[in-house]
Amino acid sequence: MSLKLGVPSKGRLMEKTFDWFAERGVYLTRTGTDREYAGEITGVANMSLVLLSASEIPRELAGGRIHFGVTGTDLVTEKLPFWEQQVEVIAEMGFGQADLILAVPAAWRDVHTLDDLDDVAAQFRETHGMSLRIATKYHRLVREFLRTEGVADYTLVDSQGATEGTVANETAELIADITTTGETLRANHLKILSDGLILRSQATLWRSRTAEHVDRAIWDAFVNKLG
Amino acid sequence: MTHPRAKAAALRAIFEARGAQVVEPPILLSAETLLALYGEDIRGRAYVTTDALRGEQMLRPDFTVPVVQMHMAEGAEPARYTYAGEVFRRQELDPDRANEYLQVGYEVFDRANPAAADAEVFALMADVLAPLGLRAVTGDIGLLMAAVAGLSTSDRRRARLMRHIWRPRRFRSLLDQYAGRAPMPAQVDAESEAPLNGLRSAAEIEARLAALAEDAETPPIPSQEADGIGSLLKVQEKIPFAIEQLRDLSVDMPSIEQAVERLSARTEALRAQGVDVDQLDFEAGYGRTSMEYYDGFVFGFYAPTRADLPPVASGGRYDALTRRLGKGAEIPAVGAVLRPKLMMELEAAS
Repeated sequence: MSLKLGVPSKGRLMEKTFDWFAERGVYLTRTGTDREYAGEITGVANMSLVLLSASEIPRELAGGRIHFGVTGTDLVTEKLPFWEQQVEVIAEMGFGQADLILAVPAAWRDVHTLDDLDDVAAQFRETHGMSLRIATKYHRLVREFLRTEGVADYTLVDSQGATEGTVANETAELIADITTTGETLRANHLKILSDGLILRSQATLWRSRTAEHVDRAIWDAFVNKLG
Repeated sequence: MTHPRAKAAALRAIFEARGAQVVEPPILLSAETLLALYGEDIRGRAYVTTDALRGEQMLRPDFTVPVVQMHMAEGAEPARYTYAGEVFRRQELDPDRANEYLQVGYEVFDRANPAAADAEVFALMADVLAPLGLRAVTGDIGLLMAAVAGLSTSDRRRARLMRHIWRPRRFRSLLDQYAGRAPMPAQVDAESEAPLNGLRSAAEIEARLAALAEDAETPPIPSQEADGIGSLLKVQEKIPFAIEQLRDLSVDMPSIEQAVERLSARTEALRAQGVDVDQLDFEAGYGRTSMEYYDGFVFGFYAPTRADLPPVASGGRYDALTRRLGKGAEIPAVGAVLRPKLMMELEAAS
């Protein structure tokens, strides 16, 4: 039986992943038509390639349906409680770096820290009769972060894309999202709280702790090649 | 072997025999009410479901909220209620904690004599749990609230501290700032070219800038007062000695005098109920990390040899909760819950 490697199925993340493996003598290629999510691995024996959405890779690793997978730290920690028990880091791949941060309107001259945010949250609730809304797709990470930091009176509003636009659209007062250069934040007139870094993320090769590793030889050959 | 449900029914029957009315609150509660009370944190601890008509509903994480709502809507005074049923707790951090378990509760809504009502609830739990040899811990959130209310500082600072009584970490960092022991984070941008997006208005920003400027001029909380809060939170003794220590503290912190007298009256009421108060533990910081809206007497019963278990019973006074759910009305209230399945496990082990 072969071991399965799951990698992101599209975009720059896929290309960089292919490059990263190629530099180590493991060649990933897509097969079939452009739209078909099929692929193969050469350069190492008995490995098969599974192309998946990056956001599904944590679940597949945790379920043991793939043996190895490439996805961001942000998605693993958001989607898998006790991720350390379910997956293990094989290698940090050095690309796809992004920070999960809290950002507020740049025009909020009075707000720079979580302490300010908490104060504003109390006043906002009093003034508007509703909680300050934070748009995000990282519900668990944001909630845990704010609970640990002791920030109260906020509501998380789900936003699966274009999160930076939610403030201008008045569906949220601030956001918690991934940023790399901060350009999109600036373009949307948002600024990062000085102590609002929730998580540093990068593309990472993970091993599933729950998948059965039937053939130790295949496993060793693969991991040694990457070492 | 008895089913936990039978055990729960038997416990509820005991409470009913002591004069409590049996109530059966719904399992599905309005998420809006719980979110308004507990904030977003409740989503990490309760299961949420939805339907197109009613919107978000939560599987009840406890009975207190629906019982209070029911009482405020239609209850006669005074009232004693009992109930038994499942509560549902979403577990994101500890896979060993049950996400569904039985609770049996007893709640008292009575204006006449709060000390006696506190003692009644505690003594009833102690009675039912007596065969298990548990250790009881008591506390009183009212002491800390009184101490904060008595700080010589601005309303704004007192209000911020009061809001974080149940979040010890932020409470501590605010107190350190206000006592001049940690730098104030106040930093203000001179101007911002950015257009103002979102619901928070320019007037709100200006108002807070003014409040911050005023706050910067507020003299620090005297260190004697800040230290007083620290000493108060460290009190951890058998009740009679705790009262002695608190009386000593109240010489320099007169704001807590009444709260100490309430504790003293409660202790006498407990003694009158036959509770061995000389052996009863008191911890001033107890009950601060639970999300419950306890604002006075708090207590829990623990298995001394099983530190891994949650409390077998817990309870306290929640006057403020009735105020928040009562839409203007309020009534002093105190109650407690038992976990029948844990009781059975401990009975089987002994």
